Amino acid sequence: MTKVKSLADLKKMKETLQSKIDLREKGDASESLVQIKVAMATCGIASGAKTVMEFMMEELDKRGIQAVVTQTGCMGYCYAEPTIEVKLPGNEPVIFGYVDTKKADDIIEKYIKNGEFVDGIIPTNYETIDNK
Amino acid sequence: MHLLVCGGTGCKASASDAIVETLKKEVAANNLENEVQVILTGCFGFCEKGPIVKVLPDNTFYTQVKPEDAAEIVKEHLVKGRKVARLLYTDPTKNEHISDSKHMGFYRKQIRIALRNCGFINPESIDEYIARDGYQAIGKALAELNPQQTIDIIKKSGLRGRGGGGFPTGLKWEIASKNAADQKYVVCNADEGDPGAFMDRSILEGDPHSVIEAMAICGYCIGATKGLVYIRAEYPLAIQRLKVAISQAREYGLLGKDILGSGFDFDIELRYGAGAFVCGEETSLIHSMEGLRGEPTVKPPFPAESGYMGKPTNVNNVETFANVPVIVLKGADWYSSIGTEKSKGTKVFALAGKINNVGLIEVPMGITLREVIFEIGGGIKNGKKFKAVQTGGPSGGCLTEKHLDTPIDFDNLIAAGSMMGSGGMIVMDEDDCMVAVAKFYLDFTVEESCGKCSPCRIGNKRLFELLEKITKGEGTMEDLDRLRNLSHVIKDTALCGLGQTSPNPVLSTLDNFYHEYLAHVNDRKCPAGQCKSLMQYVVDAEACVGCTACARNCPVNAISGERKKPHEIDTAICIKCGACIEKCKFNAISIQ
Repeated sequence: MTKVKSLADLKKMKETLQSKIDLREKGDASESLVQIKVAMATCGIASGAKTVMEFMMEELDKRGIQAVVTQTGCMGYCYAEPTIEVKLPGNEPVIFGYVDTKKADDIIEKYIKNGEFVDGIIPTNYETIDNK
Repeated sequence: MHLLVCGGTGCKASASDAIVETLKKEVAANNLENEVQVILTGCFGFCEKGPIVKVLPDNTFYTQVKPEDAAEIVKEHLVKGRKVARLLYTDPTKNEHISDSKHMGFYRKQIRIALRNCGFINPESIDEYIARDGYQAIGKALAELNPQQTIDIIKKSGLRGRGGGGFPTGLKWEIASKNAADQKYVVCNADEGDPGAFMDRSILEGDPHSVIEAMAICGYCIGATKGLVYIRAEYPLAIQRLKVAISQAREYGLLGKDILGSGFDFDIELRYGAGAFVCGEETSLIHSMEGLRGEPTVKPPFPAESGYMGKPTNVNNVETFANVPVIVLKGADWYSSIGTEKSKGTKVFALAGKINNVGLIEVPMGITLREVIFEIGGGIKNGKKFKAVQTGGPSGGCLTEKHLDTPIDFDNLIAAGSMMGSGGMIVMDEDDCMVAVAKFYLDFTVEESCGKCSPCRIGNKRLFELLEKITKGEGTMEDLDRLRNLSHVIKDTALCGLGQTSPNPVLSTLDNFYHEYLAHVNDRKCPAGQCKSLMQYVVDAEACVGCTACARNCPVNAISGERKKPHEIDTAICIKCGACIEKCKFNAISIQ
């Protein structure tokens, strides 16, 4: 891995990485992938996030859906763990709570395949620093 | 189109299930099933105005919806495209209907600064951190600012330590920077020990790079080349993610020698704690890192003069550090525009206890407890009555209904007899006995006292014994005076922060719930029905049908009686386990 040698390097790197992620997130619908983030802090894992993540990876693969499943930290919705965020190409991300493998199956079949919501969506109720 | 109906506990209690049903019926009646979906969601965090129905994609936000309103929403909004004005949220300050939830002030209640990346990025990917402005702040400091200018930004931002004391962070850095030495240290206090607080763990697990970056910035400011994270060994996942993050930062040259070509060297090592509460106190923490017993020493000298290995050391907690990169990037004025006069920025709280939305929230300083508990937190579980909220862990106190509208900041909480602490908020309802709560915290302090000074070692033990006496129904009025006096003595004479604050749970409950102490002492009763010694299980002879279910399930054979005749409980044998109440199908057994 090459080292980042200066602030200019770092800024350049940020641009590339950000555009890579932007491309992933906002790119043309036919080309870009479904993105799934699973909240995998200790609390999430304790309530079964690992099982859900494995299930998602396996099932999406089996059902031939191109998706990126990654882990992330605590989303803060402890009462609704495990929680996952699903971002369909060209859509705002949606957070689902109380996800077990059955709910995960539902999410794949209904939301990921057809864009239909399923019960258990958690509304975002905070501001980020980007718009403040 | 989607109709989102809030299925949070609060809204469910006000018939959101019925709303879903009627909405579905109306949608079907208008032949819209293929276009419109009705979905039950998690809590919108706006329980005060519930039940909530939100229409997507136009973000229309209907409040206080009743099942009868379903037909109108479907006919007017969905069929004709006209919003139902009378159900729209009205801005209380402007008295205007607001149709788009994005413009609602309510959604400005939470701002995520310290938690900005938690739940967004993959914590094990430095690339994702960099893509979200990661390491830009250290870059900016190294390239454009000198250490004093960077300290000035932190000072001006008004950031105060998030670990409990609330000492101004910039000032702390400045003191450490002015003490000359051949070696200085930056220490991150990740020894999160308050029962119920877990924000530091969440930050380290969700966004470890933000802490690494902030430690490097601090190192640059005070002239330290070494950073140490003191983390409890009970946090294995946080440790693992931190290790991954440190090695990634080293690979990218963001830790190590000559960072970003500036000539500044900085690297970080981990030190593991065995999970002693007192090691969250900075002098104890430093001793523990040196391989000594985790015991505090008198300040001064402060760690900024003589800390780890006798060298100037700056200790900050995880959440404090997590705020630093954003402040350096966005500026002091931006940060100080959030919060109250003397407490700037946001605070992360861990909501726990008898509250519907248990979770981690980040709110601006100055928000009221009412907003936190009843709006963001979704109110009290099972529709019970709010009684108190414990903030600040074992060093804090219990706040009551009269404090609900006090703006939360460092100084107001202290004035109210509690403290910010690390940000645990444990909510209690009418079923919690406040004497037992005080006893619980004292039990914790007695367990965790390091034993070095006698006020804490012996005094807290005596406090605990007095509380135990009272919960057993053996307390006297003199005991209540003794409790208060001893508490003040401990506060005034204990060596470190742990001892000086340990009587707070006793004092605040004495102040706010004196009547409960009186009930235990004078009437030998526990109003909340929690203190076992003061309870009696009694069979109602009229309701009892003599089914023998209770007698068969009593583990100590305290219940006797003939079949089909009323039974009796021998209170001398009864251990008050509650098994009989659970088994009785006729509600014939009660607690008195």
